[in-house]
Amino acid sequence: MDTASDTGLVVERRGIGGFFDALELDTRLVAMLAALAVIWVGFDVITGGIFLTPRNLWNLSVQTSVVGILATGMVLVIVARHIDLSVGSVLGFLSMVVAVLQVQYFPLGASWNWIVTVLCGLALGFCIGSFQGWWIAYRGVPAFIVTLGGLLVFRGLAWWVTYGTTVAPLDQTFQLLGGGINGSIGATWTWVVGLAGIAAMAFRTVTRRRRRAAMGFPVRALWAEIVVFAVLAAAIVGFVLVMNAYTRPRTDQSQGIPIPVLILIGVVLAMSWLVRSTRFGRYVWAIGGNPEAALLAGINVRRITLFIFGLVGLLAGLAGSVQTARLNAGASSTGELLELSVIAAAVIGGTSLGGGAGTISGAVLGALIMQSLQSGMVLVALPTPMQNIVIGAVLVVAVWLDNVYQRRRR
Amino acid sequence: MTTPLVEMKNISIHFGGIKAVDDVSIDLQPGEVVGLLGHNGAGKSTLIKILSGAYRATDGEIRVAGTPVTIDSPRDARTHGIETIYQTLALADNLDAAGNIFLGREIMTPWGTLDDGAMEQAARQVMKRLNPNFVRFKEPVRNLSGGQRQSVAIARALQFNARILIMDEPCAALGPQETRQVGDLVKRLKAEGIGIFLISHDLHDVFDLSDRVTVMKNGRVVGTCTTDSVSKDDVLGMIILGKLPSQLSSRDRELLQ
Ligand SMILES: Nc1ncnc2c1ncn2[C@@H]1O[C@H](COP(=O)(O)OP(=O)(O)OP(=O)(O)O)[C@@H](O)[C@H]1O
Ligand SMILES: [Mg+2]
Repeated sequence: MDTASDTGLVVERRGIGGFFDALELDTRLVAMLAALAVIWVGFDVITGGIFLTPRNLWNLSVQTSVVGILATGMVLVIVARHIDLSVGSVLGFLSMVVAVLQVQYFPLGASWNWIVTVLCGLALGFCIGSFQGWWIAYRGVPAFIVTLGGLLVFRGLAWWVTYGTTVAPLDQTFQLLGGGINGSIGATWTWVVGLAGIAAMAFRTVTRRRRRAAMGFPVRALWAEIVVFAVLAAAIVGFVLVMNAYTRPRTDQSQGIPIPVLILIGVVLAMSWLVRSTRFGRYVWAIGGNPEAALLAGINVRRITLFIFGLVGLLAGLAGSVQTARLNAGASSTGELLELSVIAAAVIGGTSLGGGAGTISGAVLGALIMQSLQSGMVLVALPTPMQNIVIGAVLVVAVWLDNVYQRRRR
Repeated sequence: MTTPLVEMKNISIHFGGIKAVDDVSIDLQPGEVVGLLGHNGAGKSTLIKILSGAYRATDGEIRVAGTPVTIDSPRDARTHGIETIYQTLALADNLDAAGNIFLGREIMTPWGTLDDGAMEQAARQVMKRLNPNFVRFKEPVRNLSGGQRQSVAIARALQFNARILIMDEPCAALGPQETRQVGDLVKRLKAEGIGIFLISHDLHDVFDLSDRVTVMKNGRVVGTCTTDSVSKDDVLGMIILGKLPSQLSSRDRELLQ
């Protein structure tokens, strides 16, 4: 973006290019939205109008939440120039542990049961992630190898917990975490969440603008600010309308936002805050940008690395709980091949495998794209092996496109 | 003589079999500029990286203002007031100027979050002193020119009131105007009592700015001379031949012992 040259001279582009410059939009984001639109409309045409129904979009949002939660963590891993191939297996193992604790160790039906089991899942996830991170950061084994080992180890452990037996059914309240029949918040609360989101966005935009203006920094053109805000607000309203348009079976009661999606929104907000507003987030990006510079700046690269993997483990505990609740069962195969979707989501969402670049919101959008593809393929009844071929190809093409994009920017 | 700001005594460091720095002793007085010269691979960068905490010496002692100190990390060096402009600049390419200047020493809000506004403001101020043409504060430094990147690296060293400044090829990528500005800056800092190690291949700059020069060859010190007691040709001879010029004054010979 060569809008400002070194001498302070501002070269303004005219016409459509100038329009997009003033909006300060990421071209990559626009490309992602275009890809999403193509996938949605494409599948809608192929399936004869089934894809773009409230029911399917509602289900799509639930399916996206698991991959989305993990993808936010994968962004940090890849930004710091590592990789985590073990997330699917770790999720599977944690899913078994949560299910077994809930059904066999704690009294099923006790009101605290699901809370304690989820907390156990989160804590164990953090420990597992940190342990892998310790091998990577303090023992110098490449993340690729450590987590490739983890892929086998934790899938094996998932089986070992019950020798492969599926554990079901689970706690009633716990099942709400997965969406399911009653696992959404209804029309009124959906509107409350949506409007609160718009209000928060407006507040943030105004205060940010004021603060920058007060310090005498350049700000975005007012009309551009309003356009961006209006588009985002419209997206939120659209989301609310779609979620509310899907009704509970045989009633006209609106489902509203599913609880797993609410969890995903919470994770996205928390992770975005972590990335933007804390030292930890800043250091992760610095390490990705130039590991040597990070060391010379006195950053404890090892500790940060360990914590990144701990965080991914924690998110695997959360996503595992959601997935287990959705299946209403602990099965040792939960999350198989999930790591591929998660990595693909992060990469499609603009996380560069070269390290140092990526966004949380992009990764969630990537997760939505991946899940749209998968869900669409299920709708057109493509056999699973064929679906895997597509996912594999998409992963490779996404990385190639990232390379092309990075090279063009140089 | 007053107590030196820094003394590095009998410093050695080995990388595997290579003695990159071998029994080197140098010192620096307050308000003094010491130029470090030598061929490529002489060990200049390695020597100053020991002082800045990037490497740990295999042998030797470092004193700051007379007291022996251990510098095990860049953080240790910074707490002793040692700031470094690295030859490689050591910038995180994906962060903007303020992000780099404050890397590892961020300004925080009362709520313990990053105060990007305050950091950008401070960055604008320090840059105004250094390179008034610089306006691209929102860009990741990857998108800046070589000289602009160098300005950012210099700004980082200036931001935190260094007592001891290490400049490893600070002007390598700078244009003539910016080079002169760095020269002026060195003189100004010197007047404030800051001690500076200046590494440069530009003999002219070094002669202009330094009070003393130390020449290194193959990891060892060839000699240290006061700048006004030798000519450029003498120093060139030291760099190339690794020997002291024969007409060197006895005072300078004593400095070597
Ligand atoms: N991390 C390292 N591992 C192994 N050898 C190293 C390392 N760093 C430096 N060396 C070696 O130490 C010697 C001195 O290197 P140094 O970078 O200090 O040279 P220099 O005087 O700064 O050269 P230049 O003028 O090219 O910057 C070189 O032979 C180099 O190969
Ligand atoms: Mg060097």
